[in-house]
Amino acid sequence: MADSPSSSPPSTGPPGELAEATRDEAALTRFLRGLPGIDAVGLEQRATALAGRAVKGEAKLRAIDRAVGMVDLTTLEGADNASKVRALASKARTPDSRFPDVPRVAALCVYPDLVTEAVTALRGSGVGVASVATAFPSGRSTPRAKLAEVELAVESGADEVDMVIDRGAFLAGEYGRVFDEIEQVRAACGPAHLKVILETGELGGYDNVWRASWLALLAGADFVKTSTGKVSPAATLPVTHVLLRAVREWRDRTGQSRGVKPAGGIRTTKDAIRYLVAVREVAGPDWLTPELFRFGASGLLNDLLMQRETQLHGHYSGPDQVTVDL
Amino acid sequence: MTEPDPNPLEYAPALESATVAALRERYRPFIGGEFTDGSGAVFSSVNPATGETLAEITGSAESDVDRAVNAAEDAFRSHWGSISGTDRAKYLFRIARLLQERSRELGVLETLDTGKPVRQATEFDLPNAAAWFLHYAGWADKLDHAGFGPSPAPLGVTGQVVPSNFPLLLLAQRIAPALACGSTVVVKPSERTPLSALVFGEICEQAGLPSGTVNILPGDSGTGASLLTHRGVRHAVFTGSTEVGERVRRDLAGRGKRVTSELGGNGVNIVFADAAPEEAVRGVVEGAFFNQGRVRCAGSRLLVEESAAEEFVARLRDRMAELRVGDPMDRNTDVGSLGSTAEVERISELVERGVAEGASRWTVPATLPQRGDFMAPTLLTDVQQSMSVARTEVFGPVLSVLTFRTAREAVTKADNTPYGLAAGVWSEKGSRALWTARGLRTGVVWANTFHRFDPTAPFGGRGESGNGHVGGAAGLEAYLDV
Amino acid sequence: MSEDEARLSTRKRVTVPKTYKLYVGGSFARSESGRVVAVADADGTFRANAAKASRKDLRDAVAAARKAFDGWSGASAHNRGQVLFRVAEMLEGTRDRFTSEVAATEGLSATEAERAVDTAVDRMFWYAGWTDKLGVLRGGVGQVAGPYTVHSTPEPVGVVGVVAPRRSSLLGLVSVLAPVLAAGNSAVVLVDTELAVPAVSLCETLATSDVPGGVVNVLTGDPAELVSRLASHSDVDALDPSGADESLRGELEETAAGSVKRVLDAPLVEPDWSTAPGTRRLRAFTELKTVWHPIGE
Repeated sequence: MADSPSSSPPSTGPPGELAEATRDEAALTRFLRGLPGIDAVGLEQRATALAGRAVKGEAKLRAIDRAVGMVDLTTLEGADNASKVRALASKARTPDSRFPDVPRVAALCVYPDLVTEAVTALRGSGVGVASVATAFPSGRSTPRAKLAEVELAVESGADEVDMVIDRGAFLAGEYGRVFDEIEQVRAACGPAHLKVILETGELGGYDNVWRASWLALLAGADFVKTSTGKVSPAATLPVTHVLLRAVREWRDRTGQSRGVKPAGGIRTTKDAIRYLVAVREVAGPDWLTPELFRFGASGLLNDLLMQRETQLHGHYSGPDQVTVDL
Repeated sequence: MTEPDPNPLEYAPALESATVAALRERYRPFIGGEFTDGSGAVFSSVNPATGETLAEITGSAESDVDRAVNAAEDAFRSHWGSISGTDRAKYLFRIARLLQERSRELGVLETLDTGKPVRQATEFDLPNAAAWFLHYAGWADKLDHAGFGPSPAPLGVTGQVVPSNFPLLLLAQRIAPALACGSTVVVKPSERTPLSALVFGEICEQAGLPSGTVNILPGDSGTGASLLTHRGVRHAVFTGSTEVGERVRRDLAGRGKRVTSELGGNGVNIVFADAAPEEAVRGVVEGAFFNQGRVRCAGSRLLVEESAAEEFVARLRDRMAELRVGDPMDRNTDVGSLGSTAEVERISELVERGVAEGASRWTVPATLPQRGDFMAPTLLTDVQQSMSVARTEVFGPVLSVLTFRTAREAVTKADNTPYGLAAGVWSEKGSRALWTARGLRTGVVWANTFHRFDPTAPFGGRGESGNGHVGGAAGLEAYLDV
Repeated sequence: MSEDEARLSTRKRVTVPKTYKLYVGGSFARSESGRVVAVADADGTFRANAAKASRKDLRDAVAAARKAFDGWSGASAHNRGQVLFRVAEMLEGTRDRFTSEVAATEGLSATEAERAVDTAVDRMFWYAGWTDKLGVLRGGVGQVAGPYTVHSTPEPVGVVGVVAPRRSSLLGLVSVLAPVLAAGNSAVVLVDTELAVPAVSLCETLATSDVPGGVVNVLTGDPAELVSRLASHSDVDALDPSGADESLRGELEETAAGSVKRVLDAPLVEPDWSTAPGTRRLRAFTELKTVWHPIGE
């Protein structure tokens, strides 16, 4: 990625009191279990209430452009190949050829074996290349295999690595194991940025999402990401609230800025704007930048483009006005 | 791509249109099934958010009270008191449906008349009002099973005085159970906010409710007093301040009437150090500033555990700063206008007295509209139990912060008030939350939530917060001779 | 038999008189004012000088009732039931004494008095069984539209001031006192000195039946003199004016308005106390507390 993202290198580890939490597994467990709780009903109420904020007119247009710039255009299918990656790369550079003022997306997200293709197609565009790794989406493989995948992605030129955590270990309470794995991946990433996918739909409740967020941040994640998109439920507003709270508190306590990426299920402009409202209200306006907030989505971009046209020209757009992603 | 945006993500005003409210130039009393000119003084209803006059209303004189009570007595004797419960149920059901159908119109009207945020009016006040009629429609033919013995008899005519903070919802909460029980009703809405009640008269017409079953008398407190003391009224229902409530009860003494009342409050939110912090902050903010704090059960006092107080108050400020104060017709507005200039002055004085007594004041940095009765949400810290702001009912957007060290101390401080309407408890430890809830001398306790209402859940005050309940089977008791 | 012995056997025995005191805070005491009223049986025979309570006694009684309230209301419903059943047992055991006192006080025949006492025992027994069923009578679960568990539970009002009935000395008193106690309240009862004899005996029963001191306080005297003090006392939460004259009711309600006291909707004319009471009194002296809690994963 062209722009230098987070200013503070996380590899130096968490400062002060938080460093204590990572001293050993017992300390980590104590820290995570000692985190204040989250009340599911209250959380969902706030998410619903904020979703009612209206963003209209000129402000809506600007929000759409902002959202476009935050999209990690994603293709993670078994049938992916070089030509699909080239097609998406072209779209990532110039989302809507009729309107050159539409910003480019933040990154293109692909499987590790297609990173080279993506890097080539996006050279000089400013669009980042993100690669999933660590036996995505299940995370079920040996640490060696996972690290090998990360190395493949990084060596192929990925700017960002989207890893998955071992949910089995997390749910079994083996926080140390999850922590070590993230830390090792972090090290293997080198200069590449690390997004840690929590797969919130498998974690069973917001308290666990909250703990997993802190765990990932403590282990050096640049971003916490909700989902692989392969498990339902994927991103939801309340779950994203939890992640946003975590990065906000992380900054309050450490001064370091970390990002959030909801992924899966965000398809419409209306959804996207609700997420932006959540970002603004829960984490803060500082997070309204691609350095600190991304949408993991494939279909969203087209809806954003259609809505953008509607806003600009006052008539509804149709699906044939934007490109199909095949 | 990354140049800093000076104004990221504005919330453009999302204005509701005033025309939706279908305002008329003149509103009239609804007596004996028809809208007729009252013989009282003509007065106007003003939008407190703009100062504009909304409409003129012909007020009700003593003779109108007479006519209305007589009509209600006739309706009770000739019809409503004796028709089958199933038939009554169907009328209530019709009213519920009509309220649902006209909820946007009524929501906007309510906003214009009260200054409350339109989103709240349409998403809280109106759906709840309809829900109340739906719930009590179901009771009308099941009174035998309400726990008061077989065939409980209705009391007769009930006279009701409804306040200005939730004009239509509170009217629904009181009319629905009365009608379900077979009582007939004469209601006097607040002279500041009579419009939705008068449109409710139209809904009674549309529902085909037998004439005289519900009568609506716009007027001032004099009208209210002559209504409640009228010899034909068997049951007087008053909702308003404790001060006025006590006066009403004195007026009614020895007249052999039943009296129920929902009066003032001085609610508290108790936040333990182990509470889920974000939800507690949200609950405390909503508790204090929902409906501009113009709620009898508002959590106008915060008792926070000393060890967590500093951090909690910091979070509280952050969240309060996010409140959007301003035009009630904007769907993004969280805090609208108070009811009148006098109200703003009264509350400001109370705050100033608090500051003079040693409290520290912090006010949300909001730009208030030029016109209208607005007041920015205010936080008072360093408040002591003895200060006037902690002892009196605020009924406005002011939150006082006090601290405690033990659960016992929290309960003692919370209960140290003549009021007893509502309280909140925030703790992730179930047994402690329930222990605290049990100790609190209030009619409702919200544990890890606040300001929840439902027609199936009884709600009512203790001590000087009034007597009697709305909601559930308990809400029927006041209207039955049991 | 000697002459002396014969004289002794025919002489009427000289009885030991009983002192009729106030019952406050679990103790029997004279009025601090030192005032007494001569009490005669219905046939005019002098019975005793009963204590005539003063305003100060009233204040002490309210303080005692407040002090006892937490313990009594905080006891489990099961426990309160046991105590009230014990009261019924004790009444049953001394029904002959109560029968003669009621007969003498009210001028009833032995059969009539017996019936009144039996009904009083049964009434106490009936209310004793209510203590752990008030949740069914008053409480419940709100089936709200949302992810919350909502339950309403009855709680006692607090200190209840009672003007005891005049038409029925024991049965009337039990009929108004038992529901107040069953609901978990403490009581300050004003009893007309004319009815002091069975009332004080009932206090003795209570004192020996595990009813904690201060839960029931009985002031004999002139209720008309004290009732407005009772109504205006801000530490009295509710009022049962059953025995108050019609002429006093208006003033009483007006005074009670000051602290928004609950005033029982008691008929102006005392009812026939022997008829089944229903649940009105239990309801009148309970408050309802509704507790909400979210249900979330």
